[in-house]
Formats: sequence, C-alpha cells, structure tokens
Amino acid sequence: MNRKRNTRLALVPCVAAVLLLNFPLILVWDRDVTVAGLPLLPVALFGIWAVLIALVALIGEARPVRRRPDGG
Amino acid sequence: MSAPLILGLSFGYLLLLFAVAAIAERRAAAGRSLIDNGLVYGLSLGVYCTAWTYFGSVGQAAKSGVWFLPTYLGPMLAMLLAGVVVLRMIRIARTYRITSIADFIASRYGKSPLLAALVTLITVVGILPYIALQLEAVSTGYALMTAAPAGEAAPAYGATAWWRDTALYVALALAAFTILFGTRHLDTAERHEGMVAAIAFESVVKLAAFLAVGVFVTWGLFAGPADIWARAQQVPELRDLGRLGAGSGAGGFAHAQWFAMILLATLSVLLLPRQFQMMVVECVDERHLKRAAWVFPAYLFLINLFVLPIAIGGELYFGAAPVNADTFVLLLPLAEGARALALLVYVGGLSAATAMLIVETVAVSTMVCNDLVMPALFRWRGFGARAGGELTGLLLNIRRVSIVAILLLGYVYFRVAGGAHELVSIGLISFAAVAQFAPALLGGMYWKGGTRLGALGGLTGGFVVWAYTLMLPSFARSGWISADFVAHGPWRLDLLAPEALFGVAGLDNITHALFWSLLVNIGLYVGLSLWRAPGARETSQALLFVDIMKRHHDGGEAPVFWRGRARIADLRALSVRVLGTERGGVLFAGGAEVAAGGALADARLVDRVERRLAGAVGSASARVLVASVVEEEALGLDDVIAILHEATELRAANEKLKSLDQLKDDFISSVTHELRTPLTSIRALSELMLDTPDMDDAQRDAFLRIVVAESERLSRLVNQVLDMAKLESGQAEWQNSDVDLRALIVSSIGAMGALFAERGTEVVADLPASVPPVRADADRLTQVLLNLLSNAAKFVPEGRGRIDVTLTVGARHLEVRVRDNGPGVPPADRAHVFDRFRQGGDALTRPSGTGLGLPISRRIVNHLGGEMWLEPDAGGGACFGFRLPLPAAPEAAEAGRTEQ
Amino acid sequence: MNATVLIADDEPNIVVSLEFMMKREGHRVLVARDGREALALIRSEKPSLVLLDATMPELSGFDVCEAVRADPGIATTRILMLTAKGRETDVARGLGAGADAYVTKPFATRELLERVREMLT
Repeated sequence: MNRKRNTRLALVPCVAAVLLLNFPLILVWDRDVTVAGLPLLPVALFGIWAVLIALVALIGEARPVRRRPDGG
Repeated sequence: MSAPLILGLSFGYLLLLFAVAAIAERRAAAGRSLIDNGLVYGLSLGVYCTAWTYFGSVGQAAKSGVWFLPTYLGPMLAMLLAGVVVLRMIRIARTYRITSIADFIASRYGKSPLLAALVTLITVVGILPYIALQLEAVSTGYALMTAAPAGEAAPAYGATAWWRDTALYVALALAAFTILFGTRHLDTAERHEGMVAAIAFESVVKLAAFLAVGVFVTWGLFAGPADIWARAQQVPELRDLGRLGAGSGAGGFAHAQWFAMILLATLSVLLLPRQFQMMVVECVDERHLKRAAWVFPAYLFLINLFVLPIAIGGELYFGAAPVNADTFVLLLPLAEGARALALLVYVGGLSAATAMLIVETVAVSTMVCNDLVMPALFRWRGFGARAGGELTGLLLNIRRVSIVAILLLGYVYFRVAGGAHELVSIGLISFAAVAQFAPALLGGMYWKGGTRLGALGGLTGGFVVWAYTLMLPSFARSGWISADFVAHGPWRLDLLAPEALFGVAGLDNITHALFWSLLVNIGLYVGLSLWRAPGARETSQALLFVDIMKRHHDGGEAPVFWRGRARIADLRALSVRVLGTERGGVLFAGGAEVAAGGALADARLVDRVERRLAGAVGSASARVLVASVVEEEALGLDDVIAILHEATELRAANEKLKSLDQLKDDFISSVTHELRTPLTSIRALSELMLDTPDMDDAQRDAFLRIVVAESERLSRLVNQVLDMAKLESGQAEWQNSDVDLRALIVSSIGAMGALFAERGTEVVADLPASVPPVRADADRLTQVLLNLLSNAAKFVPEGRGRIDVTLTVGARHLEVRVRDNGPGVPPADRAHVFDRFRQGGDALTRPSGTGLGLPISRRIVNHLGGEMWLEPDAGGGACFGFRLPLPAAPEAAEAGRTEQ
Repeated sequence: MNATVLIADDEPNIVVSLEFMMKREGHRVLVARDGREALALIRSEKPSLVLLDATMPELSGFDVCEAVRADPGIATTRILMLTAKGRETDVARGLGAGADAYVTKPFATRELLERVREMLT
C-alpha cells in the first residue's frame, strides 16, 4: 500500500541521521584539523545538521498539501 | 544597574507579552487567527529552549565543548519522524479530545484514572527541578544585572532571606500571569490562542537576544570565530574543546553517553508536558506540521550557532577569574559596559524562562486538575455527577490554585536544592523522568497488545529506578542524605549503589539512570502486557488508538464501543453541568424540549458527549461521569470484537454502495453525452431544412444523409447500451453450443468483406486446418469478432491497410489475435481501452464508434470463461487478442472465471 | 453585416449545421477541430465571434476561453459557449472561464441565431 511505503520512506532520513550523528561515524570528524580556522568536529556536526534541516524542508515543502494522502 | 530599572523592564516585558496574547485572542475571535500557520507553530515549539539553553549551553560548552549539542540534535531526529509519530499523536489527541500527556496514556489503556494519576504524579515530581532551574536563572540574572560592579562573582545561593528573594516574586508574578493566560476560560479543546502567540513571540525575542550577544562576542570582542579558536589553541584547558574527548563526560564510555543524550532529547521533545501542549494540544491544523518540522530544528540550529564562540570567548576573556560560565552571556556585555545589549540579553533570558514556566504550568495544572483533583472529587458522594451546580468555575479555580502551587513548589525546590548543580544536569534529571512515558505512550500508539497493567508496572518501575538513581544522589549532593549512601549503597551494599547499580560503573549518572530505568520500564511494560490479557475497554481503546491512521485514511468513522440505555435528558444535564449552559447545550440538536422527554440516546451520542466532557475534565473523569448517569452493559472481549466486526462490515458495504453509485452516475452521464451528440446534429439539420424552403437539392441531400447516418449511430448506441446493461446485470440470454471458432472467423471476415474492399484493406487470416470446438453462444462470439475486425478496420490507413487474424490452438485454450497496421494505442490510453465510452482517435476517425464495442466484447469473452487483452507491444499497430477455454480442461475454465 | 465567425467543435456533423447557418447569415466562417487549433485561429484571424464547444480534445472549450481572456491581444473576442445540458458543473465552470453567452446542446437553431445576432450588433 502507498501509505505503508510512504511511512517506510519517511524512516530512511531518520535512520540515516541516527547513524550520522552517533558513534562510530562521528569519530570520522573527531580529529585535530581546522576548516577555515575552525575545529572540524563542530563544523561537521553543524554541517550535517544543516543538511538534515534542508532535507526535511525539501520533503515537507515540495509536495503540495493534500487532505487525503492518495485521494482522487 | 538600578533595581527599579530592571524590575520595570521585567514587568514591562511581561505586559508586552500580555498585549501580544490579547491581540492574538482578539484576532482569533474575529476569525483571523495569528497562529494558524506553520511558521508560528514551528516557533512556538521553540519553548523547548529554556534558560537551560540560554545560559546553560554556554556553561556546558565551556566545560566540555560539543557535548551541549545532543540536546538539540535529538529534536532534529524527532522532527524527521514528525510525519509518522507526531502526526499520529495529533490525530489521536484531536479525535478523542485529549488535552494532556497523562490523559493520553490513561485513555489508551482503558481510560484508567489510576494511570492518569500516576503519570501526573511522575510529571510533577520530575518537572519540579526543571521549574526550579528557571526560577534560579531569572533570579541569578536579576542579581547580576543589579550587582554594582560588573564582573563580580554572583551572590551565593540562599544567602538572602526568602522575603527578599527575587525568585519568589518572579514565581508569584508568573503565577498571576499564567493564570491570566491559561485559565481565562474553559475551552473543551484546551487551546490557548493568546498563549501560543506570546510563546512564539518569546521564541523570537530569545533568539534575537542570543544572536545579538553572539555577534557581539565573536566580532566585537574578537575578530571572528577563527580568531577565537586560534587564541584558544594557546590555552591548554581550551585546546581540546573542539574534540569529543573534551571535558569530564568523555572516557571509555563516551559514545554511550552521547547516544543516551540524543535519545533523551529525542524523547523529551515529544514527551515534556510543555512540548506535548504546544505540539499536540495547541496544534491548529495538522498540515502545519510539515513546515514546523524544519522551522523548529532550524530555530534550534540558529540559537546554538554562537554557543561555542561565546563559551570559548568568555573563557579567554575572563581567564583565571572565578566566573560561572553559565552567566557568560550576561557578564560579557556587562563587563564591556554594553548596557543596552546587557538589558536585551537579560530580557532574552527572561523570555526563555517565562515561556517555559507559562506553558509548563498550564500543561501540568491541567493534569493536576483533571487527573488528580477531579477524580478525587467525583468519588466523593456529595459531589457526584448527579449533584447540581455548574462545574466550569470550579474547574478553572482548581487550575488556578494548581498553577500557584506548582510554581511555589518549584520555588521551594529552588531554595532547598538549588545551586548544587549546574543548570544542565538539573534539566537532564527532568528529561530522564519524562522519558519514562515513552514505552507506554509510543508503545501504546503502535502495539495493540500493551495493557493497563503493563503500563502501570512499567511506569512505576521506571519511576522508582529514576528516583533511586538520579533523585536520591541529587539529594545527597544537596546534603540531605549522606554522601556515603551514594558511594556505597544502602547498608553498604555496593551492588545497590545508586550510581553504579549491580556494579555497572563507568557510565555517567544520566546514562546509567536512563539505561536502568528504561530497561526496567520496558521490561515490565512488555512482560506484564503479555502476562495478562487486556480487558474489553483496554482492547477497544487500543484498537481506536493504533488504527487511527488507517481510519483517517479510509475516511471511516471509528466504531463506538458502548452498549446500554441512556436518557438524553440525563446526558444533557451532565454536559451543561460540566461545560456550561451554552457549550453543553449545543451537543443536543433538539434542544431542551426533546431532552425533557424520556428520549433515549444512541451509542454515538453517548460517545460524543463523553468525548466532549473528556476535553474539559480528562477522559478518565469523563468516563466516570458518563457511567454514573447511564445504564451500561459491561462489554466483554467478545462484544468488542463483535462491534469492531460490525463496523468493518458496515464500512465495507457502504464503500461498495458508494462505488456502485459512482459507476452508475458515470455511466448515465456518459450515455447522455453520447446520445446528445448525434441528437444535436439531427435536430439542427432538420430545423434548418424546415426553415429553408429554398435550399438546393444537393445541400438538402447532404443534410439528409447526415441525419440518416446520425440516426443509425443513435440506434446502434441504444442497442449497445441495452446490450451492455443486460450483460452487466446478468440478464442476457446465452444459447451455448459446440462452436467451430475457425468457421466463425471465416464467416465474420466474409461479412465485412465489402467494407474492407471499399477502404482497400487487406485481411490475412492464418488459421489451422481444423480446431477443436468450444462451448459458446455463436451469435455473441460473432459479435466479438465483428467488433474486433471493425475496430481494426477503423484505424488502418486508407488504401494500404492490413489486418492479420491468427488462430492458435493451445493445450487448454484457443487463442485469437487481430492485429492491424494502424497507429496503435498510445501508452497513456492502453489501460483504458476496455473502459466504456473510451474511444480511440479523434472525432474524425471514429464516426461509427460508440465506445461500447470493446467493453461488450470483453464481457462476452469473460462470460465464456476466457479473457481478452491488448497485446503489450504490437510493433506499430494495435493487436487485440482473446482466449477461450477448451472444454477438455474444465479446471482451466474455472481458473479463467476466477480471474475476472 | 459581415463578420468572421470561428466554429470550434470536434463533431463534424455539428460543424456542418453551424457552418451552414453562419454562411447563410453572410459571415465568413473558420473551422477548428480542437481547442489548440481554435486558439491558434483566434490569435491569427481575430474573429468577431467564436462558437465554442465545451468538450473538445487537446484543449477543452473552458481552457480556450480562459486562455483568450488572459491574452490581452484577443481578450475582447466574443465567445458563445456550447455546453451539455444539465451539467451544473459545466455551467459553473463556463461562468468562471468568462464566456459571453451559453447555449446548451442540442440547441434550437433559431435560438442560436438570435443569440449570434445579439452578440454581433
């Protein structure tokens, strides 16, 4: 069913976010490197965060709001 | 700065808030709601950011770098699931008029008053430290602003006598304010238009103030973020703030703590009373959720952007001076003499704290009133449902008293335990308390098997572990109980040490408490739910909650699980008593006259009344009230299942009727349209001939030909419509005999020979020498063949048309294919070729079509146990085929029939 | 009184009757078989009156009507819409689309001619 599929699709960014924002993946950024003079870890965390916000905005605002999910 | 200035500013700000709220309420009354949009809804969720965020994040960042972030990344994860989890919560709350988290959980598990009371109790105990934290922040802010020389250490906690303590007056002022905001009138949906507008406004204020101080520190005191970081590299204590290992929290188990923090924040943003109030109860329209799902995280993103620069900048600025990093946002502008900015920051902090206090107390007072006080009152005989007097005023007064009581309790906690911890750890204790609601609430929304016993057990177990592992140690730190208890456990049983249960050491206290409390909570919830089967009411409520999305999707009404006798007059009296004359009366269409008689209410009316009452007094109390005025049959589990079954069947039957109706309407509308076209030509041309006596013969001849052709088209159409109707209603007569399909094809091609010759179309038949007979009505089958042939003839190019007819003998079927070299069927139309009145080509090429030939043919073939199709790719032209079962294989015929 | 009249209908036999009537009135007649063709002819030939069938392939009469009203160059073109009778939704749509008059099918030729004469004076 369409609705079930949509629910599953909605889970994808969430699972991705959980993985990206947790160990061990955030260890990737945990090093003594600076980006434009700023420490890598905070920059990376804020960056991932911004991308996630943009993603939610894109998904939420792209589809026109319909009263019924797959009504005629 | 002078005390009168700060006090004046504070009260001025509160007055401004009140003005915003008043404007919003006036606009709402005029039907132009300010809060009815996704942006304001998203901003109002910013109530998540309290004084903890405003002051505490900087303090935490100064100590441990990026460890302040999980608290704000959690909500991001929650919002990623907004369309799944939050939407479900909103729909359930909206449908069953649920107005608090206690009510939500209690309602799910059979409207249990005990469960409602337990959740309320946990909330009150868990949330007090958090309220104390806000009071502390406001009073610290006030003290800093009024302290004579800037930069001096903050005054010690509890040093002032209570009657001179600003926090007390803040608490009292806010209580008055919240009462004005939250309890102006009793709304059955518990919506507070003015409050939401004010909170959204506060969100903007605190964000603007925090960004202002961030810019001031980053570019005013330093030369940008890179400069701050470069200088921090010179200071050994600050060097590591850009790494996960910074501060005390890190160690071998840091990843567990990081994960726990994110989990805690994800759950809190759904389960904190103020978040539930704003996100679920105050949600005007669920469609706003889509925008709020990114506005809210974006808000959190912005308010956190300058936390690290301010924290590190503050550490660099004050150096070795003993300054609490929690106060950097205020002290930095003060130390620099930026008075205006300091005032703005003070107001921002005030807004962060007041927003939280207002919404939290409104939410918690609703719970206390509906789930603790009212059930107790209703149990008292003299106050039962049949007693007289309206309750509206009483309900409001109970809430007002609750608001004052909650704020004063928060103040007492602040006086007694305040100052022992930094802001962040106090907040986390509250987070861990409300996280206990997760299994019962989230589980209850998705798992029908969860029971009241399971929820009670899980909540109690989780709460006890929480109190033991977090609350007691915090008391110990305040010096109430011996610190030895924390280090070595009661009776020196090391295994029971509150912060290292069963020897699980090495985790920080929050992670440790969260792990054990949720383990016990979930274990008991699932275990007890599986152990004892749920009762009838639990089962019916479980069905209503878990299937909410499905019902919304199907557009069906929920079944009503109620049987019994109820007099309308009794229900009416009850509603009027609880909701007031005006609101209570509108539920009953007939007005007082109808109600005055002995008329009985049906189950749906009883359900509606109960839901409306639930909005005012909570579902558990509403249940008790309704039960007291009606005669109910106790439903068993079998009854619940029977009612559900009935409802499902009824819905299915309704849907079938509706779709049949639609089909009939479409058919009639198409038929009239098809009849109208030839009629229009016939009428117009006849009238013209009648009105034009001098028309020349050639013209008249041409017109008459058209009239005749259109009349033929009309009669053909009428015949086919009748034919179709007969086939559809099963009234057609079938004279089946053994038919030689090969002979039928040959004679059909022969019958159309003249037409083919006229249009120069070549017909090539590829037929076996002989085929086994099929059982069929020969005339009907001829009709099918003629249809396919004339259909093909219509579309082939004039003069060089070619039609291939093939007949093949399969093991169980005879298959006929008619292929033409016309333009073929466009992909968009392929799915509809067998629909009625769906004609191919434009009007010029289909003068003889009625749009019923193919649908009729397919019905005939289906009736004979075969099937008809359009070949997926016919290489240029169109190719229609059908197959008929051979009688030697009766099971094949069966299979063909069931496929229809 | 000579005017250019565009007949837009996908039913050839209805076109025959309309064409006969308009020619007998002394008008120059243009014929379009679908909405797209009709719109193109309105733009290029600027007819005084369009007899527009509501249900046509490619572009419906309503769509054509809306497009004409939205195009400043041809917005004042007079439009008589031929609609199916008894379809309230059609009438409502037609009103919204901005036609000047409506005649329902099957139409009486005299009534149609009267409306055409009114519109061309």
